[in-house]
Amino acid sequence: MSEIELTPEQEAASESGGARARRAPWSQPATPSLDSWLRIHRDGTVTVYTGKVEVGQNIRTSLTQAVAEELRVPVEAVRLVMGDTDLTPFDMGTFGSMTTPLMASHLRKAAATAREILIARAARRWKVDPSTLDAVDGRLVDPASGRSIDFGKLTAGRKLGGIVRDDAATTPASRWKVAGTSVPKVDGAAVVTGRHRYTPDIKLPGMLYGKVLRPPAFGAELVSVDTEAAEKMTGVKVVREDSFVGVAAPDRFTAMRAIAAMQAEWRAPRQLPSGQLFEHLKTHPVEPEGYHRFIPTRFQRGDLAEGFAAAQQVLERSYTVAYIAHAPLETRAALARWENGELTVWTGTQRPFGVRGELAAALGIPEERVRVLVPDTGSGYGGKHTGEVAIESARLSRGAGKPVSLTWTREEEFTWAYFRNAGVIDIKSGVRSDGTIIAWEFHNYNSGPEAMYTPYAVPNQYIQFHFADSPLRQGSYRALAATANVFARETHMDEIARAMGMDPLSFRLKNLQSPRLRAVFEAAADRFGWGKAKPPEGHGFGIAGGFEKDSYVAICAEVAVDMRSRRVRIVRVVEAFDCGAVVNPDGLRNQIEGSIVQAIGGALFERIEFDEGKILNPRFSQYRVPRFSDLPAIETILIDRKDVPSAGAGETPIVGLAPAVGNAIFDATGIRLRSMPLAPNGLPS
Amino acid sequence: MPSITRLHVNGAIRRVRVDPNRSLLSVLHDDLDLTGTKYGCGEGQCGACMVLIDGEPTPSCQTSVGEAAGKQIVTIEGLARDGQLHPLQRAFLEVEAMQCGYCTPGMIVSGVGLLLKNPNPTEEEIMRHMERNLCRCGTYGRVVRAIRVAAANMQALGSPGGTP
Repeated sequence: MSEIELTPEQEAASESGGARARRAPWSQPATPSLDSWLRIHRDGTVTVYTGKVEVGQNIRTSLTQAVAEELRVPVEAVRLVMGDTDLTPFDMGTFGSMTTPLMASHLRKAAATAREILIARAARRWKVDPSTLDAVDGRLVDPASGRSIDFGKLTAGRKLGGIVRDDAATTPASRWKVAGTSVPKVDGAAVVTGRHRYTPDIKLPGMLYGKVLRPPAFGAELVSVDTEAAEKMTGVKVVREDSFVGVAAPDRFTAMRAIAAMQAEWRAPRQLPSGQLFEHLKTHPVEPEGYHRFIPTRFQRGDLAEGFAAAQQVLERSYTVAYIAHAPLETRAALARWENGELTVWTGTQRPFGVRGELAAALGIPEERVRVLVPDTGSGYGGKHTGEVAIESARLSRGAGKPVSLTWTREEEFTWAYFRNAGVIDIKSGVRSDGTIIAWEFHNYNSGPEAMYTPYAVPNQYIQFHFADSPLRQGSYRALAATANVFARETHMDEIARAMGMDPLSFRLKNLQSPRLRAVFEAAADRFGWGKAKPPEGHGFGIAGGFEKDSYVAICAEVAVDMRSRRVRIVRVVEAFDCGAVVNPDGLRNQIEGSIVQAIGGALFERIEFDEGKILNPRFSQYRVPRFSDLPAIETILIDRKDVPSAGAGETPIVGLAPAVGNAIFDATGIRLRSMPLAPNGLPS
Repeated sequence: MPSITRLHVNGAIRRVRVDPNRSLLSVLHDDLDLTGTKYGCGEGQCGACMVLIDGEPTPSCQTSVGEAAGKQIVTIEGLARDGQLHPLQRAFLEVEAMQCGYCTPGMIVSGVGLLLKNPNPTEEEIMRHMERNLCRCGTYGRVVRAIRVAAANMQALGSPGGTP
């Protein structure tokens, strides 16, 4: 069904390029055929096909709202088929906050086209002017005569034909009735009863459980392996393809024992010892390869030297961010089945079509013989773009001659997935005595270019992203490097304001032009009571904000620091968010609240520790993630801009918490923290 | 050791034939197809595999099937009665205390365990009790609200604590 061909570079560049990529030609819907996107059945129910996947961001519901709205059918009548490479049109993947701006608007046009076709048909049947007919609640109504007909009856379940019309009349946000409301999660009942089957929950007749032999360190080569003991175990099938060694067994316990019974010798290369990461990143530049070559990495305006010469205050600071793990609660999992040389794989991935390609290449079969299905998945956060577990299960299944289910252990997930980039960010600023920023130099090493351009109006600036050699495998993470760049910039803004003796909010507003960013700052500050009262003893207030992927965010935070135990606690967070017209207010609040909680981990304590190609903390007992006791009071403010197209909202709300918290810690203690995580073992001494 | 042949699950006797050293999680999830009980970490740190054992919320990944034999086991699938969702399941829907939903069955089982012992818990008691359950999507605030809503609804209905 792949109507357009992407080079891997295009596909991946679109993932990292933010707003520009969204307008790139390859991001256009794969097929114009209306029936590929939408079918109206005889009973009036509607099936919608989209290659997007549900990983907790609630698009199964928000896309349902879009279709129900335009087709004029009840929400309950609409069912989405998602992420199935045989049934859904090609889609490059669910990332980059593109579902709402691209897929939702495309499905709106598809549904509006269908509605117009139905109206035209009814008008012909009744021999009336189409403009006199209404589509209401799954029926066509002729108000003049009072007659009506159900959609299903009118189409008799047959395909509509034709193409999705770009000029189909979609409903403006100001007249939304279904979108713009808090429609409950459409599959909520299946979740609370435990009925929904995630990938690890799917069973097939004769299915075996898989397990893979892992090297002791990254990059290690298999020298020798003795699998005899494992082969003798009842029901165990050992599968070996070059350096890939795994087993399929009747139950997980047996699979685990079979792998443990193997004697393997590995040869590991020398790798970076712990404690040298940031120095390494700054001193090991690399030339960009593949799609990275398409990423713009520099921005210059004015004359930096002139700017610094005119500045009354110059401040130079360095900031760092650690590698962190996505740690989705559903670890990577896949179920593979071979039938007559055709491979079917169920797996929780954000790129079903990409994983289909990976499977075809790894297994040496044409893509047409591979089908990937993505059950609604136990989260991803950018961590499930690749197909390793799918390939492993397919190899095991081919070797064992039976379907094989493979679920990575938590330790495997922490070790063999990829991490959010670590990075170093150096900032040098020059400010006039009236608080106007006049020079801004910004260098990001390795963490990424997203949101590195300053939203503040600075006449002289130089901003550059530097590719570096990463000792660990790294990849997408919710909001990419926007978190790191906003952390460094907004911490630095606070440092300037404090050095100048200015209020951190007034200083920002003085240098800010974007009215939408200004509006979220003012809304958050107003609700928080910024500048109204002094923090209680041992408490501090901090503020930060930014924009990314067409969304604007500002956060005020209150922290409490116990100087004796050095414990840092986030007491209260107020976040104002503007992503254009709000599609589902309660769903959006849920995303914002969740982003704040998830952001607490990266802000305060999450950090992958590694040494010589080994992960030292690959368990929840060693890698601390936010828990109930970390929960602050959270208030969200939605700025609903009916006049602005809806942007995606699954990522940007996570941006800005760390600097708000760090700035609040400074307010409470006078201690300036410039590394994320800020307080992995309490306040650093 | 002899195989385990009987388990009391969700009010019924289930016949199995399994090595007593296997985890209760794998027997419930893989052998009995009660897939609402999830693997999350294998070390009792995340709560995705929570079941009630004699009314006590217990990580089933850390419990051998041998230990659980002879005790009353309740999984997420056993909470609804006569086609009616448990009040806490309803409250999770009402508050929409979920995103990806993978942690949700474990959250609900833990919450039901709390309400059995403490029909009207304070916010602090809820947070303390739920500390073993992880939600990576960050829905903790909504889970606390859902438990409070369920407690209030159950008191109003005169069924404090409910039946597991």
